Amino acid sequence: MLPLRFRRVTMSARVLVGVKRVIDYAVKIRVKPDRTGVVTDGVKHSMNPFCEIAVEEAVKLKEKKLVKEVVAVSCGPQQVQETIRTALAMGADRGIHVEVSGKDYETLGPLQVSKIFAALAKKEQADLIILGKQAIDDDCNQTGQMTAALLDWPQGTFASEVTLEADKLKVVREIDGGLETIKIKLPAVVTADLRLNTPRYATLPNIMKAKKKKIVNVKPADLGVDVSSRLEVLKVDEPPQRQSGVKVETVHDLVEKLKEAGRI
Amino acid sequence: MALRRALSRLLVNSQRCSLISVSRAQGTSAPAAYAKVQFNWRDALDLEGLLTEEEIMIRDSFRTYCQEKLMPRILMANRNEHFHREILNEMGELGVLGPTIQGYGCAGTSYVAYGLIAREVERVDSGYRSVMSVQSSLVMHPINAYGTEAQKQKYLPKLARGEILGCFGLTEPNHGSDPGGMETKAKYNPSSRTYTISGAKTWITNSPYADICVVWAKCEDGRVRGFVLERGMNGLSTPKIEGKFSLRASATGMILMDEVEVPEENLLPHVSGLAGPFGCLNNARYGIAWGALGAAEFCFHAARQYTLDRIQFGVPLARNQLIQKKMADMLTEITIGLQSCLQLGRLIDQKKYNPEMISMLKRNSCGKALDIARQARDMLGGNGIADEYHIIRHVLNLEAVNTYEGTHDIHALILGRAITGLQSFTVGK
Repeated sequence: MLPLRFRRVTMSARVLVGVKRVIDYAVKIRVKPDRTGVVTDGVKHSMNPFCEIAVEEAVKLKEKKLVKEVVAVSCGPQQVQETIRTALAMGADRGIHVEVSGKDYETLGPLQVSKIFAALAKKEQADLIILGKQAIDDDCNQTGQMTAALLDWPQGTFASEVTLEADKLKVVREIDGGLETIKIKLPAVVTADLRLNTPRYATLPNIMKAKKKKIVNVKPADLGVDVSSRLEVLKVDEPPQRQSGVKVETVHDLVEKLKEAGRI
Repeated sequence: MALRRALSRLLVNSQRCSLISVSRAQGTSAPAAYAKVQFNWRDALDLEGLLTEEEIMIRDSFRTYCQEKLMPRILMANRNEHFHREILNEMGELGVLGPTIQGYGCAGTSYVAYGLIAREVERVDSGYRSVMSVQSSLVMHPINAYGTEAQKQKYLPKLARGEILGCFGLTEPNHGSDPGGMETKAKYNPSSRTYTISGAKTWITNSPYADICVVWAKCEDGRVRGFVLERGMNGLSTPKIEGKFSLRASATGMILMDEVEVPEENLLPHVSGLAGPFGCLNNARYGIAWGALGAAEFCFHAARQYTLDRIQFGVPLARNQLIQKKMADMLTEITIGLQSCLQLGRLIDQKKYNPEMISMLKRNSCGKALDIARQARDMLGGNGIADEYHIIRHVLNLEAVNTYEGTHDIHALILGRAITGLQSFTVGK
């Protein structure tokens, strides 16, 4: 069995897409009274917007017949199955629910998730992993990069365009200076940026078909992954209240005030 | 002390938190025997908890489409009386046309899902929802329920994709509430195996742009039957009705038939008599019962936000008792109405319903929604008459919604007959 990196990618390519269940972007976040985190009970959750873009890209590749199977993966408690179902309704073929709950879920972060993805990539013999560039709850922007490192796969992060050319991937990346185009060999990890595509609305027939698609449950231990965290959250606070400003009469006063505040 | 803390938390949180949250009770004695549930004015009786995961996904996906793609268009569409024909294709792509039909490119989903879909569209505009209701319940449904296999294959997939647009011709200039008195006639010609249909239908949603018309005409045996007329047939014209102040985003017109020759293959053979059109109307009325509450919800939420934002005499309008009473009434009617619609949907899915149930809820939802919209308009004061605030558009639309598919009073008579066994439609016995 050839090592993953030497396998030629054919039309039987399999894509793993990570989807994270996060608090819906439109919700007003409230910090818990004990300041250990934010209120999540009863709050509306949905798929991370960058994960939606990742799913859309994977489904597009399947529709162009460049990949054979799209597998949606999510880590968390029972509720993440809703998020996996949404991915199935958008066109993913099957789902994997990695069960993590309770305290483990509260401390689950990019390092553990990337270990899980690396293990799954090997187990499922994936050729491509597409993730959102970051989650809107923790804004880490680490999972894609860590997963690639653990697998020793090339990575195309902040992708705004992805083109499959034989066994290579041309990725246009959005960087501070503009756009960077790279060519990486498969298997690889790609993280989706905002302008990669516009996610489709799940159609009614697809939502109903999604009911019949399979979601398999696995535990991190089955994958040989230890989900304990090396990080400890000390406290969570709301951002400081915005103070009212001060009106000044002249430019001279403005400069003085800025100097006073140590800003210049 | 514990009680006061709980109370203050409720008061503080009610402003910021608009969702149910479950938290441990503040009790000091036994470990929490119950969980405290916060009141959610957006969903006061937890309708959400009664929906299946699939229904929630359908509702959420379609709500996103409506808010992102329909809401931005409606202001100008309504102001300029422009019908966006494209929305049929967009809805077709999403699979929401004829959603309860099995096969033929349709989703085959539950009636509850149909109701949720109608509610989301009408939250944007009743005109858009009328277009959708006509296509799904008044064109696709009769072809599916009363048509031949050939007719279903010919029309349903295209209707489902929004490729062709249909309309439903029952009402006439002289016969609205009494369709049985219709004057449109269909005469059979054995030599050419066609029917010659003459007459006029009016107040027909979609007709100026329709590719096909499902027309109900009286045959020589005195029975009403349905025919599928196609644009291009000689003698068929569909002029637009001008000067409408309601449902302006949807095109309404007449169907004029001057000796139109319709091949006998276009007859819907599996029904005769008024049961045909009434079956379709009941299907549509159910959707309207849900839809009208969607419009009411928009008006309630919009009025709430406006009165929270607008400061008069140094306080938000929402601080006033008269304003709060109006909102309490709106909240109550919408909440109760939705629960009843859900029960009706479940009964229809179980095939345990009858038409009077649908009449009762169509009447209730439309009457209450119109009242809510008017109250909301009043709460917005002068701004309430500007279409930029949208409420006035709902007020005008709901006048038509309350009237079509059976007026408020006619449904009262349907119920009266069911309650007493005595009909009061006509003067005779």
